[in-house]
Order: sequence, then structure tokens, then C-alpha cells
Amino acid sequence: MSNFPQFNVLEEAILVEKPEKKEPLGVLFWICVGWIGLNIVGAIFANVLPIENPLFQNYSLVNAGPSLHHLFGTDDLGRDIFSRVVYGSRVSLSVGAGAMLIGFGVGAPLGMLAAFRRGRFDAILTNVMYVLLAFPAIIATIAILSFWTPRTLFKIIVVIGIASVPLVYRVIRTATLSVATKDFIVAAKVQGATDRRILLRELMPNIAPIAISFLLIGVATVIALEGALAFLGLSVNPPTPSWGNMINESRTILQMNPWLVIFPSAALCLFLLCLNFIGDRLRHHFDVTEVKL
Amino acid sequence: MLIAICFIISVGSFYLIHLLPGNITTVIEGPGASPENQAKLYKLLGLNKPIYQQYFVWIGNVLRGNLGTSFISQTSVASTIRAALPIDLEIMFLSQILAFATAIPIAMRSARKPDGWLDRTFSAGSFTLLSVPTFIVIVLMVLFISVKLGVPHTGPSSYVSFSQDWIGNLESLALPAVALAIGSFVVYYRVLRSDLIATLQEEFITMARSKGLSQRRIMWRHAFRPSSVALLGAAGVNIGGLLASGFVVQYLLNIPGLGYTLISAINMSDYLLVQGIVLVVSVGVVLINFIFDFIINIVDPRISRE
Repeated sequence: MSNFPQFNVLEEAILVEKPEKKEPLGVLFWICVGWIGLNIVGAIFANVLPIENPLFQNYSLVNAGPSLHHLFGTDDLGRDIFSRVVYGSRVSLSVGAGAMLIGFGVGAPLGMLAAFRRGRFDAILTNVMYVLLAFPAIIATIAILSFWTPRTLFKIIVVIGIASVPLVYRVIRTATLSVATKDFIVAAKVQGATDRRILLRELMPNIAPIAISFLLIGVATVIALEGALAFLGLSVNPPTPSWGNMINESRTILQMNPWLVIFPSAALCLFLLCLNFIGDRLRHHFDVTEVKL
Repeated sequence: MLIAICFIISVGSFYLIHLLPGNITTVIEGPGASPENQAKLYKLLGLNKPIYQQYFVWIGNVLRGNLGTSFISQTSVASTIRAALPIDLEIMFLSQILAFATAIPIAMRSARKPDGWLDRTFSAGSFTLLSVPTFIVIVLMVLFISVKLGVPHTGPSSYVSFSQDWIGNLESLALPAVALAIGSFVVYYRVLRSDLIATLQEEFITMARSKGLSQRRIMWRHAFRPSSVALLGAAGVNIGGLLASGFVVQYLLNIPGLGYTLISAINMSDYLLVQGIVLVVSVGVVLINFIFDFIINIVDPRISRE
């Protein structure tokens, strides 16, 4: 492990707890939560909402600017940009949720177990994960998705999810390590608590704050990655709208229709900003100072 | 460690071609290919041998610098990569110079007066920019700078090669370099700022202050060196993402670097070229990471002694 000094540096500095009063969350925090909630509701109920069909092509109204009828205007095929942005959130949200479900589902239990058990199990697993971390994940994702055709939403979620496992493992393991040596864990062991009880009832609640704030930032990272893949044409196939592939489609007609790039970009950036902000506020709120991961 | 990682990368890139659905000969020759031709190609590719033998034949060729010949363009994959790689390196080099040249002085200013107006502005600004992916940065830059303002030599397809005209080359790479630099700046600024604030509270800084050293000398000689470890660590981790952002930028602006070549190879189903680029890029990133680790050890000898 001495080959990876940068990780050692990060891990030593990862957890510094301050016995201060809890910082309030603030109004902006709740605005962000509201915006995320609104996006989720919009994505789930997109086909019930009174908006136009995102695939309907109205050739008599091509590349129109924003109007009362088409809030965000129409694209080069006369499709309503507003409804495409709303439907497009489905792809981003499912990639964010699905990939992190895989990442945390595999990485978090392994990380907790490794930090709790220590010994050879921990040593082997941690070394394997560090080898995987050295592998440029973005390049690997592009490579696998370019060969594993035809590309579906499911495959994209699986590939990004697996790529995130080593990162999640590292964060959760480090967080657990800092808690596992505390007195109350020793006390629980002395009292004869089972390993399962210690893991679920003692360790888990204590690492939850870090896990949640990292989860939110992880979701944001994964959504940005999907956006970049979609921009390169390596995500879900058109005509299914996603924020990334809408921006990709707009790149050839930038001059004619700037709205087609501005609205999906704004939707994506606002969503990421809210996620990052919530994650950051939560981290401050729970008094966890974290070095860049 | 390095050898183990390179071995895994080579196995991974070798296996990529087997991820393709169905029979690879149909994929290469198209669905209308005759069975005889398919059988011929099958043998030509060595696909009738067991898979571990195929790997050894392939890796033997790779180590001799032979990455195969593209089925589409009939040119050697290695020479295509050799032509494209310098463009990526140039873009990365330019963007990193810009990012370090801006991030280091601004982070130092910020850390000297945490919560001052400069610190607040740049901290809030960098937090916001953290949520803007590079592909959006570059699209918006092209939209506003080359389309709306009409600045020449910055739009798509305006790439000029370095040997042709070096001023034109720098002009055409200005937008990509700035776009990548913004992404790196945000990371470097935040890492260096928080590390400097911590370093400035150490006792040896108090000591230096009580000796009456100048503010500038304290910042550069005493505080920057220990904090630069975190900066270098961040830069090393950042390389992979930087390369991928470079791909995005090249794709949008039609700059014939590795990224542009990769995406067009993917779209033309030029699988050997894709495989070659993936192999070269992955090994390159791992090597750069190891070089950074090495530099970190020189800058901060405490790490290797532990």
C-alpha cells in the first residue's frame, strides 16, 4: 500500500470531528431539497402531467423560441423542449439512483466488514480495491460501453455502478475504521454483543452521516458522467431524450437554436448544484470535515 | 504493483473485443458476408485457438509495438495513435499550466484571509463551477464566444496543426485549453486552499512569523511546500478525468486527437483501433499516476519514511 501515498494522505485526514454546536441547515438547503423533490416527481409522473409528447414532431414549428405554448421552445424536429427536458430527467435520475444502489450495495457492506474484521480479509480486499482504483474508471466505462452494444439504460447503470464500487468501499472503510476503535464499540464487544448487532446497531448509525453526504455527491458525479457519455453518443439511443443527448443533438445547430442547449444544460447544472449543496451542508451539519475524495 | 495493474489493463482491453454480441466476423464483414470469407477471417484473427493462446499472441505483438491493422482504414493502429497522441498531450499541458498558474496564487490569497471577500467570492464561485460538467462549459463557450461573438479560429473544425502554423494552432486550442483549465482550477483551488488554511495554523508557521519573516516568504517557503503534496495528489487523481474531458472537447470541436479518433472509431465499428486507444490511454494514465506518486515522495519525504 506504500505505493499509494496519496491515498494514505487522504485517509489520515478524512475524519476530524469537532465537538461544536450543530450548524443550522439554512433556507437554501430546503430550497435545494425542494428542487430535487420537484425533479423526482416530474420524472416519475412525466406521462401523467399535462405536457406534450416528447417524441411528437411538429414540422410546422421547427426551432421556435420560447413562447406561452412551448415554454422552452421547440427543437429542430419541432419537438417540445420543455417536455423533453422533463422526460430527460428520467434517464439521469435512474442512472444516478441505480448506479449508486449498485455501488453502495456492494461497496458499503464490504467496506464495513473489512474495517470491522481487519486482518487478512481486509488486507487482500483493500489491495484489490486500490488496484481497481488505479484503473482510470472513465476510460474503462467508455471502453466497455463502446463494445457492449446495443446500449441500454440497464447496461449503462451496471457499468457505472460497478465502476463506483472501489470508491464507495474506500470511503465507507475509512469512515468505519475511525468509529470501530471508539470506546463504545469496545464496550459493546465486552458486553457480548454479536457481530451483526455491532455492525447494524452500533457502527451503521455512526457512519450514516458520512455515507449519506457521500451518496449525494456520488449521485451528482454519476449523473455528470452519464451526461458526458450521452454527449459522446454512448448512452441511451435517440429518440429517447436525456439531458446529455439533447445537448449532443444541439451541437450542430448552435447558431440556429441556442435554446436547445441552454435549457437542458441549465436543468443538469441546477440539479447537480442542488445535490452537491445538500451533500456539503449535511457534512457541515454533522460536523464531518472531509478532505477531497 | 505497476506490473500487476498493467497486466489487468491488458487483459481487460484484450477481452473487450469478446464483449461484442454475436460472431465477430459478422460484425467486421457485415451481415451479408459469405461463410467461406467468415471462416477465413476467423482463422486470420486466430480465433480458432484457445483464448489464453490468443492473449499471448496478442500481447506479444503489443509489446513489439504492433497493435494490429484497422479493418476499416487498412492503416496500422499504432501509427494512427502516434499521430493523434501529441494533440492530447498539448491540450492537457496547456490547460494544466493555466490551471496551476491561476489556482496557486488565488488559493494563497484566499487562505491568507479566510472568509475575506476574495475567499468568499472564489469559494462560492468554485463550488458552483464544480457542478458544471466540462462538456457543458465547452458547449456554452462555443455558443457565446465563437457563435455569438464571432471570435475567429475558435469554432468547430478550425483546428490547425502545430507544424503548419504554430500561432494558428495555439488559437485553435485556446478554447479547449481554457475549458479544461476551468475544471482543473476548481479542484486545485479548493484542495490547496483548505490545505493551506490547515498548514497556516501549524506551530512552525507561528515560529516563522515570530522570527519576523515576510508574509511572502512564509507563504512560499514555509506553507506552500507541505501543502503542495495535497495539490499534487489531486492533480494525479485528476488526470483520468482530464483526459476524458479532453475527449469531449475534441469531439465537439473536431480536433483530431485521441478522443476524436476514438469516438469516430466507435461509430465506424473500427474495433481494433478502439482497443488500441483504450490500452494506450489506460496504461498512460496509470504511468502518470505513478510519476505523481514519485514526485510527491520527493516533495514530502515524510510519506515514504512512514
